[in-house]
Amino acid sequence: MGRNGSGKSTLSKVLAGHPAYTVTGGTVMYQGQNLLELVPEQRARLGLFLGFQYPVEIPGVSNLEFLRVATNARRQERGETELDTFAFEDLVTARLAVVQMDPAFLERSVNEGFSGGEKKRNEILQMALLEPVVAILDETDSGLDIDALRIVAGGVNQLASPGNATLLITHYQRLLDLITPDHVHVMAAGRILRSGGPELAHELERTGYDWVDQELALSEVG
Amino acid sequence: MAATTLAHAWQDLAGAAFPSRRMEHWRFTDLAVLTAMEPRPWSSGDPLASLQLPAGVTRLPEAELAAVAGQSLAHAGCSDHWPVRLNAGARPVRLGLRVEAGADPLQLALDAGGAGELLALHLVLLLEPGASLAVSQRVLASGAAVCSLVCEARLAADAQLHWGLVAHGHSSAALLGHLAVTQEPGSSLELVTVCSGWGCSRLEPRVQQGRGAARTRLRGLQWVDDNQLADTHSLVRFDGPDGQLDQLHKTVAAGAGRSVFNGAVQVPRAAQRTDASQLSRSLLLSDRARVDTKPELEIVADDVKCAHGATVSRLQQDELFYLQSRGIAADQAARLLLAGYCQDVLRELPTVAAGWLPIAPPFREP
Repeated sequence: MGRNGSGKSTLSKVLAGHPAYTVTGGTVMYQGQNLLELVPEQRARLGLFLGFQYPVEIPGVSNLEFLRVATNARRQERGETELDTFAFEDLVTARLAVVQMDPAFLERSVNEGFSGGEKKRNEILQMALLEPVVAILDETDSGLDIDALRIVAGGVNQLASPGNATLLITHYQRLLDLITPDHVHVMAAGRILRSGGPELAHELERTGYDWVDQELALSEVG
Repeated sequence: MAATTLAHAWQDLAGAAFPSRRMEHWRFTDLAVLTAMEPRPWSSGDPLASLQLPAGVTRLPEAELAAVAGQSLAHAGCSDHWPVRLNAGARPVRLGLRVEAGADPLQLALDAGGAGELLALHLVLLLEPGASLAVSQRVLASGAAVCSLVCEARLAADAQLHWGLVAHGHSSAALLGHLAVTQEPGSSLELVTVCSGWGCSRLEPRVQQGRGAARTRLRGLQWVDDNQLADTHSLVRFDGPDGQLDQLHKTVAAGAGRSVFNGAVQVPRAAQRTDASQLSRSLLLSDRARVDTKPELEIVADDVKCAHGATVSRLQQDELFYLQSRGIAADQAARLLLAGYCQDVLRELPTVAAGWLPIAPPFREP
């Protein structure tokens, strides 16, 4: 959690390998490797997933084909067999239930003309297919109405397992009413300023971020 | 022979001065591929030997063909264009066809080979009132060759023509094609051209809505690589009110390829309530590739909607990253994006022509 501009989205993009960012120092260790030395697609194949705040529309590229190519890239990395069109359709049909998505969206171009809620459901569908080890969901709740929020949160809950971790970036307690976090971290000026349990999110909901500014100012003086 | 000598030989065949880069409409179009060859007449048999006329399509009698040939060219204002003159000088294979009602799809396949010959076809299509036809036309070249196409279509009232041209050539081959269509009120034209692989291609779709009130939909896609050049010069003229145009022209320029698009739309005073839109979109895949794109709207009527736009861009970084972030390798992501970019033209081809796309490597499935 953290104010706008505190660096949450930047961190998520840097972890996923967005080409607009250059990392000038430090390392990110993931499964024994420095993540920063890997191209974005390799990070994804190893199980890192970024749920975009603004999922990109790709005209002309069928959603179904996109999902199949992506799923097979991850399967290949895990030593699993590639799925042909028919086998993949069975898999994707089963996974659609996770986000209660209409199969018609598979036939359309990736995210093209999707509503905000549909785009976010499509993100969670991708997560369901790619079975990431670490998923970072950047403001997955933004632009969602109450029903869509419930569906998306339900999808995230269904996908949670002891073998994976999910990092939610959010401003609002309402998402955390539906997904109970194990840990809450507050970010400011690119740093984790405070960490705690779910109660920290409740505190933020009550007090806002003013204390963060004060704490940040103090830490800079100190 | 030197290029200038060969240019003279081509000029003699056409009976008209060889196009010079000093002429506005040839400014960006280098005909070096043409002048690297001498004009050798076609000697490889009947190029239409495989033609089978589908139900509903009949041949025009010779006398009628002679009478109507050239009419659409004249209406579209291109009878004296150099490629049209060359076609006439080359003694083209002539084919005249009539459609009186609904017809089965027509296929026209031409192969200009690679033996340095000039293949010329003059096609005339007459669609009678209310007739409808889908034409899938294919042009190939596998080496040095010149293919000269002059295709005329006359759409009577309420006729419908869906015409797809897939032309894939060779870096030593040239394609010169004029597609002249005249439309009567209530008629509908959907013309989809897909062009790749030619050392030099010049396509000139030219449409005249004689009394307006017709629908014209143009879709063009050209792909250049290496030192290839693809040029589309289109013209749509409305000589009456209530005409519609929806035009999308797309380009992919890779290697040291050059792409030219010039899209003229003429809306004289008689063409009130014309609704025309034209969009040219170009994708540059290399620093050495070049795109020249120019809308050319002449609007005199005052109660019209005419929109045009042109974009030139590279592959979108955010789209590439989105695919990569799902584990798709950068090169495969680029292929998917390119295929997606082409899709909104390719999917409008008639069924048979769409099935031919594997002949053109750039448009094979990624």
